[in-house]
Amino acid sequence: MLKILKYSFFDLMRSRWSYVYFLFYLLLGVVLLFLNNDLSKAVITLMNVIIILVPLIGTIFGVMYYYSSREFTELLLAQPVKRSSIFLGQYFGVALSLSLSLIIGLGLPFVFYGIFKSAAIWDFSLLLITGTFLTLIFTALAFIIALANENKIKGFGYAILLWLFMAVIYDGLFLMSLIYFENYPLDKFSLIATMFNPIDLSRVLILLKLDISALLGYTGAVFQKFFGTSLGLIISTGMLALWVAIPIGIIYRMVKRKDF
Amino acid sequence: MKHLSYFLVILILLLSNSSFGNDLEVCKSCPYKSITEAVEKAAPFDTIYVKEGTYYEFNIEITKALTIIGENNPVIDGQNKGEIITIQADNVTIDGLTIVNVGTSYTTDYAAVRVVKSENFLLQNLKLKRLFFGIYLEKSNNGKVLNNTIIGDAVQEYSSGNGIQLWHCRNVEVRGNKIKKVRDGIYLEFSDEIIISENNSSENLRYGLHFMFSNHDTYINNIFANNGAGVAVMFSKFIIMKNNTFKKNWGSASFGLLLKEINDSEITHNSFEENTVGINVEGSNRVNYTHNDFKNNGWAVKVRGACYYNVFEKNNFLYNSFDVSYNSRINDNKFDGNYWSNYTGYDLDKNGIGDIPYRPVKLFSFIVNRTPETIILLRSLFIDIIDFSEKVSPVFTPDNLLDENPLLKPISHD
Repeated sequence: MLKILKYSFFDLMRSRWSYVYFLFYLLLGVVLLFLNNDLSKAVITLMNVIIILVPLIGTIFGVMYYYSSREFTELLLAQPVKRSSIFLGQYFGVALSLSLSLIIGLGLPFVFYGIFKSAAIWDFSLLLITGTFLTLIFTALAFIIALANENKIKGFGYAILLWLFMAVIYDGLFLMSLIYFENYPLDKFSLIATMFNPIDLSRVLILLKLDISALLGYTGAVFQKFFGTSLGLIISTGMLALWVAIPIGIIYRMVKRKDF
Repeated sequence: MKHLSYFLVILILLLSNSSFGNDLEVCKSCPYKSITEAVEKAAPFDTIYVKEGTYYEFNIEITKALTIIGENNPVIDGQNKGEIITIQADNVTIDGLTIVNVGTSYTTDYAAVRVVKSENFLLQNLKLKRLFFGIYLEKSNNGKVLNNTIIGDAVQEYSSGNGIQLWHCRNVEVRGNKIKKVRDGIYLEFSDEIIISENNSSENLRYGLHFMFSNHDTYINNIFANNGAGVAVMFSKFIIMKNNTFKKNWGSASFGLLLKEINDSEITHNSFEENTVGINVEGSNRVNYTHNDFKNNGWAVKVRGACYYNVFEKNNFLYNSFDVSYNSRINDNKFDGNYWSNYTGYDLDKNGIGDIPYRPVKLFSFIVNRTPETIILLRSLFIDIIDFSEKVSPVFTPDNLLDENPLLKPISHD
């Protein structure tokens, strides 16, 4: 598995897309920091980028890589290699190279800006950690979609739909249900509904740092406990880890049974 | 010649005054072993020096003009038996005492130092610890309360008192005090022409500063931080609040500053940082908010209704989750020439003023007012989309509420 991981990783590292992705983040970081000249504002903008763009790129890239390396996969399958190690190796290759582009691309300008001396270092590292989590999650989801669909067009369609649903539609439905059932106690419901969407989950995790003062404005005891103590941080991080583990488990099961 | 005679008269008066009072000393080996005894024996205008040591005394009643000075931090321990010093005379000075263990009662407001119907008092450099009420001024005028340290151990609102309380007072200066962990740091009721400056009132159970029915008062250079519910000012007129810092007042019922029925006042050069609500305004009219900084608050300004002719000019609104929130569609307040960090407009003519007006009230703040749980969707892409559509054509938020001249750079106030 490690060999395949290494192969996929270096294959991607040499590819044009990784550079484009890396340069995009580098440019974004530079523009945000040196034209804006304000760290707090940069971190807020960065949060929007991370919770919207990172899942999108993760999904598209994951699906694309799976389809484009299909022939190579078939070649590997003919060899005496474990199936799970082929696919997981590929998955981790993609996910790691994407995460690395993200971390280095955004990290470099911030390091030059002097993030280590700034108080925003924790906010910033939290941003990078959630970004990495989101890459891992959405690449895995993309692999599942690609594994389930032989048809490339269908696969891409579902992948885009998945992103659109998680990033926009889910929140719309969420908001509508909150307003519709406003006469009922909703704290538990809203916290649980957040857990079921990794994008919302990462957003809340970052909000705990950025907008804690607004979040504490609500009277509900459940909210207070979740946001006011480190409980929120622990549960959200745990749920994100679960969001990585479960899709990987599904990939594992799928490739075992799949007929090529 | 006439001038000279005046001068002589004044000189004689001064000399007689200084030779008038005698010095009394209180210590273990002095003629006076207790403060109560010294106070009883002293003649008006005497000075009592209290030497180092611990004195177990309470109910010390001062009924003549005296000066009591503590040397090397003498401690008066009230052993939780009741009130400690009561002043019922004009021209009393108390300086440099440490007073501990004031009695707690549910029927009487015991205080460490109480001033009743007196004038020209001076309370300074006192240290009050383990107290019920700290300094309690009652119908007393023209006095000063300076540089005292008051540290309480309040746990419950019903069994704790206020740090400095003024009731029916006039023309009192409260300056340089440090107040911590009491119920209300400074509490004013029916007190006019009070100057409150350079105090630090933090970690109090309820309010850092609380006043009711007190007019023509001035608050300058104070710090109010980490209080249970921030600062509450109610039912007062002609208040000046300047250069104060309100920070880290967190919680569901917590504000940097709560204004209720405050009219004709000035709120300038203050800084509001990391509060759940920066300023909560209710039923306040003709208040000018200028040169204030609102930074990292949940809500910078929350307007609850019945607020007319207020003016917000030249303030900085920096990285607040919500800049302004309204709960109705009616607006009679003016927002002009502020800096908003959330402003996304442009400035083609390069005059430093944005070319398109800024709308500080977001649709989402309206939604959160209605259904508070929706706060969990803050900064979601979907919310940004509906906020944008509301910005283009306001339906739920007041359509005349806009800053016509939003600035492009933060204002440096001086």
